[in-house]
Amino acid sequence: MEKKIAAPISREEAADLHIGDYVLITGTIYTARDAAHKRMQEALDRGEKLPFDLKGNVIYYMGPSPARKGRPIGSAGPTTASRMDRYTPALLDLGMGAMIGKGRRSAAVKEAIVRNGSVYFAAVGGAGALLSKRILSSEVIAYEDLGTEAIRKLEVENFPVIVVIDSQGNDLYEIVEKQID
Amino acid sequence: MRTIQADVITKNIREMCIEANHFLSDDMRQVFENAVETENSVLGKQILLQLKENLKIAGEDMIPICQDTGMAVIFLKIGQDVHIEGGSLKAAVDEGVRQGYTDGYLRKSVVSDPIERINTNDNTPAVLHIEIVDGDQIEITVAPKGFGSENMSRIFMLKPADGIEGVKDAILTAVRDAGPNACPPMIVGVGIGGTFEKCALMAKHALTRNVTKGSPVPYVYALEQEMLQKINALGIGPGGLGGAVTALAVNIETYPTHIAGLPVAVNICCHVNRHVRRVI
Repeated sequence: MEKKIAAPISREEAADLHIGDYVLITGTIYTARDAAHKRMQEALDRGEKLPFDLKGNVIYYMGPSPARKGRPIGSAGPTTASRMDRYTPALLDLGMGAMIGKGRRSAAVKEAIVRNGSVYFAAVGGAGALLSKRILSSEVIAYEDLGTEAIRKLEVENFPVIVVIDSQGNDLYEIVEKQID
Repeated sequence: MRTIQADVITKNIREMCIEANHFLSDDMRQVFENAVETENSVLGKQILLQLKENLKIAGEDMIPICQDTGMAVIFLKIGQDVHIEGGSLKAAVDEGVRQGYTDGYLRKSVVSDPIERINTNDNTPAVLHIEIVDGDQIEITVAPKGFGSENMSRIFMLKPADGIEGVKDAILTAVRDAGPNACPPMIVGVGIGGTFEKCALMAKHALTRNVTKGSPVPYVYALEQEMLQKINALGIGPGGLGGAVTALAVNIETYPTHIAGLPVAVNICCHVNRHVRRVI
């Protein structure tokens, strides 16, 4: 089913999304991948605040290629989400609304998704040129020294994703893999 | 003896890095077209159409096909009658990568040390494989490799008694474990035989071969076809969300090996299987 949603996302909106839904996101989302997650975890360990309020916000696991002149961003497709698994439950418990990535998640992440009524979306891996066209603006808001791994605030319009783990804990990858067995 | 200037190598590698990251080779485009026709799942077909559109945008607007523009893997076949002048070969190659990734707006994804992890900011160094061959030319292959699929690649040190069935199981195990993480539909490069490192290198090299032309060795060709069929029967599908197209091709290379061993390496590449070849 095709749905349109706004970001940030509320718990009620997340509850309305189900595995296999094709969703177009419009609004503000944030990027973070390996190194930014490590820094956020270190900040939390020191009792510091994160560079942005997680409440309802969508984190996109993505490190773009550099923007050519006149463009907001370069190629901008998802990276493998499982590398962020060890940091994710803590961020979900702090109110993160949803995640966009690709590939499987751990049992602990799934539990945290259900506990917090969140949702995990997959964007199409390797569609970085197409996805860059749905990004209207990009601004580095933290960890600039990390280059492509810095945290960016993105404005997106009709950004295409698929619900892979929903707020009830259903997992589309797992269903496909069970069919293999 | 023929003299080739180091800066000619630099210039070619610069151009090849940019070309590889924006345009797939004709054979890759062809298997893509076939995949769109073959796929029967609705979501799978939608994903393949997005990927086709993605290729079009990449070439027209010069936006890299994938944001992971890879670590630059470079194969050089250097004729033994070639003399390189005007600087070191390694420096010339890395300078080509540096210029290509900087001038081509490609992502710098290389860190200087695997533990300290400081970005080198120019995507150097390349991973360079050199072979000395007959002749007075240099064949350059530039194959930027993304790590979503690289991370799902495997080596199996099988034993002779495992035989060809063991090889088939190893390939299927690697593909199943890779699943959605390796950005299917994938290309599967396989090395069988040699030593630990030789089979890994063959698996990598297999990815740079034309994906529409099978192995010239009859039993290897038959194995490639059988494994492509078996992998697609898994149903992993585009994006790992189910469907008939899990792999676009299986390329296998073999080499003599030891009486006690049967090494198998499976190097998985996503659908953005980039390789550009030139002879200078």
